[in-house]
Amino acid sequence: MDAILLQILNGLDKGSAYALIALGLTLIFGTLGVVNFAHGALFMLGAFCAVTLQRILTFSFETVDDSRTDFLGNPLKVETPYVEAWFGPQTGGAIIDWSVPLAILFAIPVMISIGFAMERGLIRHFYKRPHADQILVTFGLAIVLQEIVKYFFGANPIPTPAPESFRGALDFGILLGFDPNVIIYPYWRLVYFLFAMTIIGGVFAFLRYTTFGMVVRAGMADRETVGLLGIDIDRRFTVMFGIAAAVAGLAGVMYTPINAPNYHMGMDFLVLSFVVVVVGGMGSLPGAVLAGFLLGILESFASMNEVKAILPGIDQIIIYLVAIIILLTRPRGLMGRRGVMEE
Amino acid sequence: MAGLDARDTRFLLIVVALTLFTPILLQPFPESSSLAQFNAGYPDLMQRFAIFGIFAIGFNILFGLTGYLSFGHAAFLGVGSYATVWMFKLLSYNVLPGLILAVITSGLFALLIGYISLRRSGIYFSILTLAFAQMSFNLAYSVLTPITNGETGLQVYTDDPQYLLAEGGLTTTHIFGLAMNKSLVAPVGGWEFTFNVGYYFCAVIAIAAFYLSLRIFRSPFGMMLRAVKSNQQRMSYTGLNTRPYTLAAFVISGMYAGLAGGLMASMDPLAGAERMQWTASGEVVLMTILGGAGTLMGPVLGAGFIKYFENIFSKINDNVLHGWFAFLPDGLEDLLVTIVHPFVGKGWHLTLGLLFMLVVIFLPGGLVEVGQRLRRLFTRRGGTPDAADPRHAPKSAPHVAE
Amino acid sequence: MGILEVRNVNKRFGGLQALADVNLSVQENAVHAIIGPNGAGKSTLLNCLVGKLIPDTGTVMFDGQSVLGRKPHEINQTGISRVFQTPEIFGDLTVLENVMIPCFATRDGAFRLHAIRTVRAEQDIMERAERVLIDMSLQDRLRDHAASLSRGDKRRLEMAMCLAQEPRLLLLDEPTAGMARADTNKTIDLLKEIRDTRNITMAIIEHDMHVVFSLAERITVLAQGAPLVEDTPENIKGHPKVQEAYLGQAHG
Repeated sequence: MDAILLQILNGLDKGSAYALIALGLTLIFGTLGVVNFAHGALFMLGAFCAVTLQRILTFSFETVDDSRTDFLGNPLKVETPYVEAWFGPQTGGAIIDWSVPLAILFAIPVMISIGFAMERGLIRHFYKRPHADQILVTFGLAIVLQEIVKYFFGANPIPTPAPESFRGALDFGILLGFDPNVIIYPYWRLVYFLFAMTIIGGVFAFLRYTTFGMVVRAGMADRETVGLLGIDIDRRFTVMFGIAAAVAGLAGVMYTPINAPNYHMGMDFLVLSFVVVVVGGMGSLPGAVLAGFLLGILESFASMNEVKAILPGIDQIIIYLVAIIILLTRPRGLMGRRGVMEE
Repeated sequence: MAGLDARDTRFLLIVVALTLFTPILLQPFPESSSLAQFNAGYPDLMQRFAIFGIFAIGFNILFGLTGYLSFGHAAFLGVGSYATVWMFKLLSYNVLPGLILAVITSGLFALLIGYISLRRSGIYFSILTLAFAQMSFNLAYSVLTPITNGETGLQVYTDDPQYLLAEGGLTTTHIFGLAMNKSLVAPVGGWEFTFNVGYYFCAVIAIAAFYLSLRIFRSPFGMMLRAVKSNQQRMSYTGLNTRPYTLAAFVISGMYAGLAGGLMASMDPLAGAERMQWTASGEVVLMTILGGAGTLMGPVLGAGFIKYFENIFSKINDNVLHGWFAFLPDGLEDLLVTIVHPFVGKGWHLTLGLLFMLVVIFLPGGLVEVGQRLRRLFTRRGGTPDAADPRHAPKSAPHVAE
Repeated sequence: MGILEVRNVNKRFGGLQALADVNLSVQENAVHAIIGPNGAGKSTLLNCLVGKLIPDTGTVMFDGQSVLGRKPHEINQTGISRVFQTPEIFGDLTVLENVMIPCFATRDGAFRLHAIRTVRAEQDIMERAERVLIDMSLQDRLRDHAASLSRGDKRRLEMAMCLAQEPRLLLLDEPTAGMARADTNKTIDLLKEIRDTRNITMAIIEHDMHVVFSLAERITVLAQGAPLVEDTPENIKGHPKVQEAYLGQAHG
């Protein structure tokens, strides 16, 4: 029982990331009809927003502290971040410590602008082209984006820690009456899950309760008709692309403490996210979220030693296996509408 | 000749000649000149031209003709490599059994994956192939370690059985005693040409592979594949079953990939799982599109182009750049170097990605289309109106009835 | 016994009864029209004949054999060709290639891996395709892209593709839909010529009464998924039920 619970919890954070990326992919596919292979790159760019902010906040000047010496006996050079100098070590330190959550504020405008630019500059011209062309051009874009990041940040993962107070782990087991140390769950993963739920809830509320969202949903169902009603659907789609980019970016920002970001993390997540979208049902938002969590948890179960003993290697392929079975038996996915991209 | 009409024969002969003279053609700069570093006539690189040419030619039979975009072809390449290295381990360093096994296993593997993936089309097909390839990649790293040797990669060890290896037999890859790494280096004037056994072995196979693809393009089967791309509905209402046609194309292209993988292992007896990763599949897609999907020459040009510039670009460092721009005033020189710097050296992939995007956006016909446009421009000036030759671009190929 | 026998065919889409107990018998070498107002089930019936849809109940017999549950390409191989409302051709291929493909399909069956012989070596196939194209007056455009043809030429090309198969039954789905009067008349002439020069059975689904009455020897009227009457054109014209269900509605 406790083992099962632990696996479910372990699956949640990865599942959250899958769900968030898949949500954006589905938004774009459902509204614009574009298959965006650069979506993983947006996730990666989000993560590097956090890295950038951390760099900015820790931007330092050097002073010489005569009272102390280094191991060679020279006066010690001390790096002081400007932030600490301006706000005092207490506040400044706290700001640096909280750079990842703060990066959310930084990432939202950045990612929305990137999304706008991408849609206006490139994606827009591919609405009418075949899916293969869309895949190819966004694949090219993904390479370009990740190479640019590699140029500026190098190829190695960059550790981006969570705020100090979230670095510990929660003994989840005690709360539920199990023995101590059985179900240990890092705080940050819990934060990530709650954050993902908030974003998902926000997107759904936005689509459900705003006029804008209603138009977009109508557009997802029947683009031509909405166009005929004289609604400028294209501008709304640009905004939608920006939102999808922001969702992917925020997923990336918050993921940095879980896995130190590197330039190819987007590609790694992209393949899986596509699989998630397909399993959930192309064009179905609830499907994407459900499949994201489901596959995340399934993956975590498959990596249990007991399971691996029976089916060696299952943890490596479980997601793909599920996707293949779903595609062959129920091509519209778990929650896809009948007739949408079934061929 | 060889079942081809005069124009195709001439075309084939040109390809043969270019392939055979590659060691000379790619060595245009004398050894002493500062441009010698842009020579590409060394064995390792030339072998890669031929091998990736085969890979791309095969991929083009599927994507170029039927329009099915597979993102998993590297899996077949990897399978081919593993099969070949296993033959080295079990039999001897003669590459022939390995290559045969590579083609067979990759063909069977492609049959299995194709049979399932081709139940869907469009983006679903792409994702299915992608899923299969990633699965193979992950398995090669984990459970299949006994077969693939995991992260270390599969290689030949001295305690391998090698049942057919005679006492004192060759311990490098060879074809009936002719070692692949053997080269004839011919200094001519200031130039130095390297004629390498491995390259010529790959080249001969590449020519055969090209010839076969030429025949497929010109055959009724090739016509059917183009018809699949054009209109599947009409195909079925004309009494044709599209599934076996696409499956046959998939398996053939998978076997080409397996052959290329086998040749890779034949040049360097090593096989690693990274060859199967989806970015590697992406590379062959890039080659084919960049060169011109659906054309005969396109994939070869694309493969050559990418491999050549990968090699050249990665050699250009800041010193070289400063050398180039030395004639400019200092400030301007530094500025230019700074601008160019991200695109060369380790930035080659950035250039490639940009180039690829530009091709997809502006030149869906790839390099071949560039060539055709140039030729049209040229012939029009020469006074012969519209003598452009669409023969090698099936999209506009009104040649079948000649 | 007709060459095509449809018995008690029913098809439902959710709550909509698209076909209700349809019976239809098409005689060999006849031109049989199926008419009816929009939503009468004409297209559904046609799709059931070619294997695109499978009826819920009932039988469809072609030449004494059931075609139910067979795939479109299998049904075509038994001798049924179909012309679509908007011409379905191979746009990326040349006109000649477009017609060669059905010739291959007829000769070699649903699949054959003839990957080594060149297309040029298939002289007889090429001649056969050219002959049909001459009949359809497309001989000047053999090497043009099919996509570059005018709409009328595309229609003729599609017809040529079907005729090249020498089908025993040709199904036409509103062959004049969206055409100008002049083009419609041309199509009528073309179909008349085919009717008179070839031994071929035709079943035409049509909206345009002018087309139907100039071509058909027998007419079945469908209304709300069920056959209303079946008779000769002369009798149909004056039939009160038809006027009520079809013409009455059509003329307001």
